Amino acid sequence: MNKDLEPLKKELNYEKTNRCIQCGYCLPVCPTYATMGKETHSPRGRIHLIKMVGEGRIADLSALEEPIDLCLGCRACETACPTGVEYGILFEAAKAAITRRKKFSFPIRAVRNTLFKKVFPSRKAMNFLGNSLWLYEKSGIQKLARTSRLMNILPSRLRELEAIAPAAASPRGRSNLPRMTPAKGKKKYTVAFFLGCVMDAMFRKINELSIKLLSEAGCDVIVIENQTCCGALHLHAGEEEQSKNLAKKNIAAFEMEEVDFIVNNAGGCGAMLFEYDRLLADDALWAERAKHFSEKIKDISQILVLGGGVQTKKRMPERVTYQRSCHMTNVTKVTKEPLQLIQSIPNVELIEMNDRDMCCGSAGIYNIVNYDESMKILNKKMKDVKDTEAATVITTNPGCLIQLKLGIEREKLQGKLRAVHLVEYLAEASGIFES
Amino acid sequence: MKTISSAQLREIESIVKTGRVLANESDRYSYSFDGSFGTYLPDVVIQTKSVKELADLVKLANREKIPVYPRGHATSLSGGPLPIKGGMVFDLSVMDDLLEIHEEDLIAVVSPGVLTSSIHEAAEKKGLMYPPDPSSSHISTIGGNLAENSGGPRGLKYGVTKDYVIGLEVITPQGEIIQTGGRTMKNVTGYDLTKLIVGSEGTLGIITKAILRLIPKPPASETVMAIFDSLADAGKAISKILTSGILPSKMELMDNASIAAVENYQPIGLPKNAEALVLIELDGHPAAVADEAAKAAKVCREIGAKNVRIPESKSEAEELWKARKLVSPAIVQMKPTKISEDATVPLSKIPEMCYRLQEIKKKYNLHLVVFGHAGDGNLHPNIIADKSDKEEMLRVEQAIAEIFKTTVELGGTLSGEHGIGTMKAPFMEMELGTAGLEMMKRMKRAWDKNNIMNPGKIFPEPGQKLVLRE
Repeated sequence: MNKDLEPLKKELNYEKTNRCIQCGYCLPVCPTYATMGKETHSPRGRIHLIKMVGEGRIADLSALEEPIDLCLGCRACETACPTGVEYGILFEAAKAAITRRKKFSFPIRAVRNTLFKKVFPSRKAMNFLGNSLWLYEKSGIQKLARTSRLMNILPSRLRELEAIAPAAASPRGRSNLPRMTPAKGKKKYTVAFFLGCVMDAMFRKINELSIKLLSEAGCDVIVIENQTCCGALHLHAGEEEQSKNLAKKNIAAFEMEEVDFIVNNAGGCGAMLFEYDRLLADDALWAERAKHFSEKIKDISQILVLGGGVQTKKRMPERVTYQRSCHMTNVTKVTKEPLQLIQSIPNVELIEMNDRDMCCGSAGIYNIVNYDESMKILNKKMKDVKDTEAATVITTNPGCLIQLKLGIEREKLQGKLRAVHLVEYLAEASGIFES
Repeated sequence: MKTISSAQLREIESIVKTGRVLANESDRYSYSFDGSFGTYLPDVVIQTKSVKELADLVKLANREKIPVYPRGHATSLSGGPLPIKGGMVFDLSVMDDLLEIHEEDLIAVVSPGVLTSSIHEAAEKKGLMYPPDPSSSHISTIGGNLAENSGGPRGLKYGVTKDYVIGLEVITPQGEIIQTGGRTMKNVTGYDLTKLIVGSEGTLGIITKAILRLIPKPPASETVMAIFDSLADAGKAISKILTSGILPSKMELMDNASIAAVENYQPIGLPKNAEALVLIELDGHPAAVADEAAKAAKVCREIGAKNVRIPESKSEAEELWKARKLVSPAIVQMKPTKISEDATVPLSKIPEMCYRLQEIKKKYNLHLVVFGHAGDGNLHPNIIADKSDKEEMLRVEQAIAEIFKTTVELGGTLSGEHGIGTMKAPFMEMELGTAGLEMMKRMKRAWDKNNIMNPGKIFPEPGQKLVLRE
């Protein structure tokens, strides 16, 4: 055995590749295998490539780069796997190994540094971004840009993303999320609310509604000041150390309050927080604290069901469909509660779409970095959504929400189909929010 | 081993006008494996839906003596699609467009990349059934099923893939496109090349289309579960049921090791201390299956089953079958390497084989788990090991050799449904004899003089032994 390969094997978690028996059960659930049509972009193929690098049969890690970069990280393969391959760990390790060796060109390195080190982790920066969005809308620049031919000159992808930029909250509206919102009626639980960076910047309204729903469900809701980005975007971009630092910051921040649960409304962030214990398992100082933290992580749908559901008002009959957050299905395994909540609303008919567990192609910042591949996956998803003839598609993660809004825009379905977060839909149904 | 020159690669690229030619390192490594053992790097992987392009590539291969390997989703447990001598892999999973059900002729016409389960679904929509159901049917392609002559639990009553193939379109090793058989139930026009091609593991040609026979879907089914104090008793019960005038659609066996593994993995209330569990499914007319279920239960009790259950609801029955499905994932929780054998014995030898497998397990001190389609004699002795443990893997190799020897002694066969591929090739002569094997070799030579079609499979190389240590 080649001793020189031992450090690389360790870095790649090579041992874990041996769990894969190459049965191929992951192929039918892998979105990129479906759209790209080759084993190189299947879970089994990627695992094999990692294995070959670990064994030194592939000498250069760059052979891994494209297959790993084009993986969505949806982890549907883990759910399908009969032998329990920990694909998420292999994927993250490979991503980090590639990133460590990669020499980014100056502008890319600068953008990565700014985004990962300064923007996502900083509530101030994300607030600024949120305010800019608001200003952009309110100032009329958006309207001007949309009506003038200016937008036509922008590359198509920016144009598309611009079109779906959500109604951002005003600076005044943004500044005052109360530190404590008391439970309505009898208090059942004390919960800390996790804001999330993208969620809070782009969908502040959903965070506000989440807090209202939690309070209605009998929770004292605390918003902890020093919380930061969950670090999922960093981890999936290969910036493992940075994600660990953010995890530690969050753990320390949330330890300041004695709460029953830490509640989030973003499937992707929820999964990341849920796996802090795994992320920090080898860190003697933090492992125990991380475990304690992760045990408290709940999706908002779990707490609303636990609190006895949401009181809804009578409404017009409507057909809806539900696009799951992959990380809720495959990592935190929160699958029943959102359905229970949707189905509890009178007059709402839930029609499941074909391949309902298939990723929508959003996957963090995948839809920006790998735009073309992401759009192929989205096109497939939109076909399945349209086939249900639903008027509303409900989701449970901000990235998916943006992606589905983009899909609606691309398919020119505005007015016929809308995408909303489960929280918005429940708030609407309960009458605390008119959309 | 690099066998394709850059000039040849250019010629390949000029032939493949409608598909893709994959030749970079990461693509080639992604087609270097299957569900069995070993990594063999192809020079190039071709994806095209065009039969004409494939035939032209075979012509080129035959002229230049480049090995060609048809491949579906590579779920093979015997090494069928492994490109062990380099050359061209044809990824036929891309040929997934054709799936027609002609209910008036009771046939399906399919292209090789269609998933087996898609054929099941399409047939069921018309009230019909395509019976072969290998447990990987939701991922395996029909082309692979045809090449390997796959079986599955329903083999007992309904037979295997070859019993449902009546016609094929095949690219010969010379690059011609031929039709064998046709759309009729009866056909004795000349040699039955259809049956020769099915199960030939891609060594005689490339299947590009198939005509499959369908049967009416049975309207009802019933399940019986019986628990026994010894594996041999379970074997006896299976033999007895088969001679009592009942033909179950499935009869599956789980030994103590597999019951315990399932319970440890996902507890569903199986008796952990039971030595053996038999699951029986009967299908047909509702009145008939109810009667047969009662009869099967009676036989089990007479043999000495300590618990016999006929589930009252469909969901209860599904729960029991789920236990059987969980065996494979459950047993690999013990150790990562699973060597799945499919040695098959005559029905009357099932109890004896069960006994002999326990002896082998003790002798080599291995995690040997027995489960499988016991009803058709196709026991699945699975050995669970760790391939990084060289000493253990040596014992695994010895145990497998002994399993094959025992099977042949009992009048059985090396492979019921997985195929010979690379792994069982060294044992061929033991079962077939020198002349028997030589006759097969002569046929191969007559078909494929240049040995370009899936070389290295079925026939052992001189001195080839089973080696599982990398």
